[in-house]
Formats: sequence, structure tokens, C-alpha cells
Amino acid sequence: MREVKISLVGYGVVGHGVVDVLTRKRAMMKELGLDLKLISVTDHTGTIISEDGIDAQKILGEKTLTNVATSSMKGKEAIDAIASDLVIEVTPTNIVHGQPGLGHMEAALAGGKHVVTSNKGPLVVAYSRLKKLAEDNGVMLKFEATAGGTMPLISLVERTLVGNTIYGIRGIFNGTCNYILTRMAEENIPYTHALSEAQDLGIAEADPSYDVEGVDTAGKVVILANALFDMNIKYSDVDVTGITGVTPEALALAREKGYAIKLIGDVPALTVRPTLVPVGSPIAVGGTLNSAAIYTDLSGTITVSGLGAGSIETASAILSDVVSIYRTKRIDAIF
Amino acid sequence: MRLSMDLELQDIPGQLLLALQPLKDNKANIISVVHHRERKTPRGTIPVRFVVEMDRSKLDAVKSQLVSLGVTVVRAGEVRFIEDVAVVLVGHILDSDLGDTINRIDSTGYAEVMDLALTMPGVNEPSSAYLRIRATGKAEIHKALSILRQVGEEKKLLVIEPIEDEAA
Repeated sequence: MREVKISLVGYGVVGHGVVDVLTRKRAMMKELGLDLKLISVTDHTGTIISEDGIDAQKILGEKTLTNVATSSMKGKEAIDAIASDLVIEVTPTNIVHGQPGLGHMEAALAGGKHVVTSNKGPLVVAYSRLKKLAEDNGVMLKFEATAGGTMPLISLVERTLVGNTIYGIRGIFNGTCNYILTRMAEENIPYTHALSEAQDLGIAEADPSYDVEGVDTAGKVVILANALFDMNIKYSDVDVTGITGVTPEALALAREKGYAIKLIGDVPALTVRPTLVPVGSPIAVGGTLNSAAIYTDLSGTITVSGLGAGSIETASAILSDVVSIYRTKRIDAIF
Repeated sequence: MRLSMDLELQDIPGQLLLALQPLKDNKANIISVVHHRERKTPRGTIPVRFVVEMDRSKLDAVKSQLVSLGVTVVRAGEVRFIEDVAVVLVGHILDSDLGDTINRIDSTGYAEVMDLALTMPGVNEPSSAYLRIRATGKAEIHKALSILRQVGEEKKLLVIEPIEDEAA
């Protein structure tokens, strides 16, 4: 049995999902030979530490750690002080400066800890620096949950499709935009109505600009371009058009001719644009679903789709990254 | 009349100029030349597509002149639009001179707008248009789309292009 001491940094929607999933799947992971032990959780109010493993029941009902924290340590201080093997970083994304996640990841990697994250910001801002830091310290940086949520994309390309030359990836990488466009087309309602509906349902944020202006999708394009195409690009290299200009009339005209309009991110073209997609195409998924078509030389086109966001779904991608770190170690050990 | 010609040129300097001479001699007005350097044939020649405006009766003369100069004539005849693509525009399409927008495509000689549907919900609201563009080949489709993209930027129109079946 391999014991893995995990520190969780960030206790928002995804953080709660991670605690829930790690608890629910602990027995199953033990069968795989991994004892995934959550020894600390940190948020902006403090840290709860338990060497024997955090009792999920004690903290899952708490919105923040204010009432349960056992230490006032925060952020980097907590990462440096707690002797964990792996840090799960799930603080809020900032795509401009990457903080606070960037500092957290740097501290963890520099301290010889693996990092698994769903936080796009640091990767968009400083992917190559973080990757080098991980390599220099002999640890891994995994971020499947940053692009396409629970939909397997990075691991699919890196592992399952290994040996293929990847010509490109195009897809729907933002569930909020997809929901709005789907509802506009179905109900023939203007953008603003579909947006309010999405906000009522909690699918869109009060300030939706990050999603609807295409910023989030462009962040994912940057991550995929850097991680899978070695492109070393920045956010400003992506040509971005959001969905706010799409009208119900445009959707209706397109549908009459057999097309849906979807916000499509394209790597390596580095574009995010509303795009006509044939209605029968496997990437033309509806609702909040994400999808991606991967164009390869040996396998042709592979299409995946799945939920792009959600607490448990994102935690699932994080769990899969955690397991893959230790599986990789085992394979390396053979050679 | 508008004709297109698919030629194959030797991959040595001066061949394009050589191929132009018979066109000049027969008063052909060149509308477009697409040099497919990336699609070199197994014979080592380079496909070139000309679209010209000329008197059809001169076509045989042009062809035989080309052949005598060592240029392979793969096909010559009326313009055939073999590729087409759907595009949706959103914005002030009529106010920004729809005629001009269409003409920018039609005047290329290798592409044209063949279908148009327009919806105008209200005077101050953006209208939406569906159009189909056809062109003499895939490369020409891409060129036509990039013209339309540029027009979109100038006229502040949202240009919604189709997703491609294959990676670029």
C-alpha cells in the first residue's frame, strides 16, 4: 500500500467536491494500492490539519473553514509547513496574473510536491515556468480538469493516443456559452433572456463576461496549445470573439440550413469564435455539455464529450490525475 | 467569358512567366492565379489554376501554345465551382452595404455568393444573413472566407464561419 499525503488548497465549490470524492473513493483507491490521505485543507480563512486524515463529515457542511480551522496558516505558508506528497490546488482562477494559485503551485513544486489542479489561471500565465519547475524538482504537474472538465482530453492525447501526430483539436470548451446558445436556438429567445435563465439556474455567473466573451474558452485554448502542441503561447496570442453578438435570427437561419452555432475553440489555429457546426456532427452537443474533436494521423478524428464543469465532475478529473501520477511512477520503475 | 485553366508547371524559375505569354497574346484578362506550390505532383510539377476573362474561341489556340511551350494543360474550360461553404453574418448588414459585401466575393473571379437569406427583426436591431459561397476549390474557399473576415472587421459584422471537417 502506498500512502499519499494530500493537501488541498482552495475550499470553494470544487474544493468541497474534492473532499467528497476523496472520501467516497478512499476504499476503491485502496484496492488499487493507493492510500489517498487528505491531511490538510486550506482556504482564505485558515487551515485544518489532521495527520490521520481529515474527517470529511466535520467539514463538508462548512462553507469556509472559519469554524473548523486548526491553524491560521494560509496559502504558501501552509504549503511550505505541511509535509504532504501532493497538493491539489483549486483556488479561484485569475487569467491575468494567475494569483493566488500561481504562488501556491510554485511553492508546492519547489518543495518537491506533485501538483494537481483545476485552476486555469497559473497555467495560462506561466505554463512553461511551472513545467520547468516541476521537472527541476522531479515532480509532476497535472491539470486535466482545466480543459474540458471531466471530459478526458489531455490524458487521452498524452496516453491513449500516444504515437499519433495530433493535427488539431476543436471543440466546445465552455458549458455556459453552450447552454445559452442551445436555449436561444431551442426557444428562439434573445441572448439576454437566455443569459438570465442561465443565471437563475446557477449555470452563469452574476458577471458572465468571463464565459460569454470567450475568455474562459481562450484560456483552455492556451493550455491545450502549450501542453499538447508545445506552442509556448500567451492569452494575447488567441483571437477571441464571444457569443454576445449572436442573435436568435442567426441561429434560426443556420438551423434551417442544417447548422448549429457553437462557440468553438481551435488549436493550433488559436481562435475562439462562434462557428457553424453541422447539426449531426458529434461535436454539436447541446445544453451545458462540452465536446472536442481531436484530429490525428493514425486514428483519424476522435470525438469526446462530457460535462465541462460541476463540483463532483471536476473532482473526478482531479482524482484521475492523482492516480495517474502514481501509476506513472510504477511504470517508470519497470525500466 | 470567364474560363478556368488548370496547368502544371515545371519547378524551375521563369515557368509562370512562360505560361502567361499565350494568355497575353490572346488578350486574356487574368482574374486570379493560384499557385499550388504545396501540392507538387508526383511528376515534380506544380499545379497552377488561372481564372481568366477571354474569348472562348481563343481557348484552343491558348492551349496549343501552352503545350508547345512545354506546359501541361490538365483542364481548361468554363469556371466550375466545385466547393461551397455556408456563412452566417450578424450586424448592420444592409446599412453597411450588402451589395458591396457580396461584390467583394464575386469580384475575385474564383468565388461567388450563390444563396442569401436575410432576417431583419427591427430597424435598430442587428440583422442576420445566411449566405453560401461557392468557389473553384478549397484554397479559393479559404481565400474567400478571409476576404469576408476582413469585410466583417471593416463593417463590424460578426462572421460565423463553418467548422472544417479536417484539421488545417
